[in-house]
Amino acid sequence: MFPEHFTFHVAEQVNNFVDWLLDSYAPLFDAISTGILTMLLRINEILLMVPWWLYMIIVFVVLFATTKKLIASLTLAILPMLIGAFELWALAMESLAVVLTAVIISLLIGIPMGILMAEINSFAVVIRPILDGMQTMPSFVYLIPAMMLFGLGKVPAVLATLIYSLPPVIRLTNMGLRHVPKNIEEAALAYGATKWQLLKEVRIPLAMPSILTGVNQTTMMALAMVVVASMIGARGLGQEVLLSINRIDIGRGFEAGLSVVVMAIVIDRVTQSIAKKWEPPR
Amino acid sequence: MSGIKSINAISPVVEVKNLWKVFPKRQRSKGKKTLNIDVHDEVTISQMEKDGKVVVAVRDVSFEIYPGEIFIVMGLSGSGKSTLIRCLMRLIEVTAGTIKINDLDITSLSKKELVKHRRYQAAMVFQHYGLLPHKTVLDNVAFGLKLRGEPKEERYRKAKAAIERVGLKGWENYYPAALSGGMQQRVGIARALVMDAPVFLMDEPFSGLDPLISRQLQDELLRLQEEMKKSIMFVTHDLSEALRLGDRMAIMRKGSIVQIGTPDEIVSNPADDYVAAFVADERRTLEKTKLSLGNKLASTPASS
Ligand SMILES: Nc1ncnc2c1ncn2[C@@H]1O[C@H](COP(=O)(O)OP(=O)(O)O)[C@@H](O)[C@H]1O
Ligand SMILES: [Mg+2]
Repeated sequence: MFPEHFTFHVAEQVNNFVDWLLDSYAPLFDAISTGILTMLLRINEILLMVPWWLYMIIVFVVLFATTKKLIASLTLAILPMLIGAFELWALAMESLAVVLTAVIISLLIGIPMGILMAEINSFAVVIRPILDGMQTMPSFVYLIPAMMLFGLGKVPAVLATLIYSLPPVIRLTNMGLRHVPKNIEEAALAYGATKWQLLKEVRIPLAMPSILTGVNQTTMMALAMVVVASMIGARGLGQEVLLSINRIDIGRGFEAGLSVVVMAIVIDRVTQSIAKKWEPPR
Repeated sequence: MSGIKSINAISPVVEVKNLWKVFPKRQRSKGKKTLNIDVHDEVTISQMEKDGKVVVAVRDVSFEIYPGEIFIVMGLSGSGKSTLIRCLMRLIEVTAGTIKINDLDITSLSKKELVKHRRYQAAMVFQHYGLLPHKTVLDNVAFGLKLRGEPKEERYRKAKAAIERVGLKGWENYYPAALSGGMQQRVGIARALVMDAPVFLMDEPFSGLDPLISRQLQDELLRLQEEMKKSIMFVTHDLSEALRLGDRMAIMRKGSIVQIGTPDEIVSNPADDYVAAFVADERRTLEKTKLSLGNKLASTPASS
């Protein structure tokens, strides 16, 4: 097939490098690991503490307050009952906890990076091709570096999810800020706005719809990734899907799959309706 | 009119001397952005202009604005009016020349001093309003005061008073999008009024409005000016507006000022064909009046 004397392997070198990295920066990796794990467990705890019916009330109130559509809000609020009926509630919360942890960290990193990209052109020039590259890579690829550094378990799952879901919020924060009308910026400057005031009073508020669209997309990507990340220990609904694939248990896979879809729809609607609320009044 | 009164006795509020603004032509390739041009080297400049490398938007412009007068800058679109008025706020960096406002040279201010200048010395009204769509009328008007760091109660008190002065009482909590063009520009004027700055810069503030509304706002401006006596630089391309509002006016053409004078002087004694074409309609009505009034008006003083 392929001439034998052309083949070579880097697997050993990679392994050695990772070992060296883990050895030399052990405290750093430990700190990251403990940080993420503590946050994840705390979030999971809170999610399980909230009774199931309260989720439905929250979803209904948020949707109805923002969209004023009674039937749609009601339907979307009742839909999650399906997950409970399939006895997958706890697993769903486990997945949701990974998603929330990853999204929160994504936003903490992504929004400031988007702002920097909009403010500093040379930074944007460096970051843009990286983001493009990240978005063309299949989600599976992100499992490898996360696993290399943190092994198997929840922490690498959060990490892979967060890296995979990072690009949209960076991109849309940057885009929103760049599309703020120049004449409005000019007026603010003419009244003596400093660079910081311009950002805080004008640019960020006007970019908010775009930023929130980024939040929505990032959340949806995280949700997609959390299923894949069950391969390296995210557990939750993804693991249920994975197990039923391995056992060719179609029925069980269907229930888990449907639960993921329900979660995706509800989360998508809720974040989108919040984003709409932020659009400037007209 | 009032502009002629003892000009030499009062020192000007705004003093612009030999101002140049040369733009590099907008190019695809982001090459050298900074443009080093010696404006006194006329040959090089006109050559670069011919080659299409640069646009001279403001060319060796000098004028003064005296306290309490409305100074009109008039010219066709593209003659450099907006560039000129933006230079006074240093929203555009000038290429050469000096701009003094209350004896302070704007062109040499540091960043910090510039912010202070914009907050206290001059207030600007824009053609496209430039209101903040995410803030209410009240917050829009109070915006400049917020930037200054004035306490909330005080800036709302002042803003409410300004809103009342422009006749928008009751609209404080609406967003700009809910207002008509004329009302939005009233908000723009209130936002400038509230700053209580000595200089007012207005770049075609009423051009986008229909004639009736525009006329109303001109009257309103005159009424307000009666009370506040600001030094106003008012850019327009509409002669009738210029004649109604102006104490003195400057006519711009391709970046240069071709004539400065009172509206009477300019109408009766245009410096060249360009100005004559501008004021042709007005001259015709003037001729008619002259004819109908016999020789009564024929002896209008024609000093320039
Ligand atoms: N940022 C810019 N870069 C390059 N050319 C410009 C820029 N701004 C204005 N100009 C040019 O300067 C000239 C004067 O424009 P402007 O001051 O807007 O005229 P006006 O307000 O009288 O219509 C025009 O030819 C315009 O194309
Ligand atoms: Mg203009």
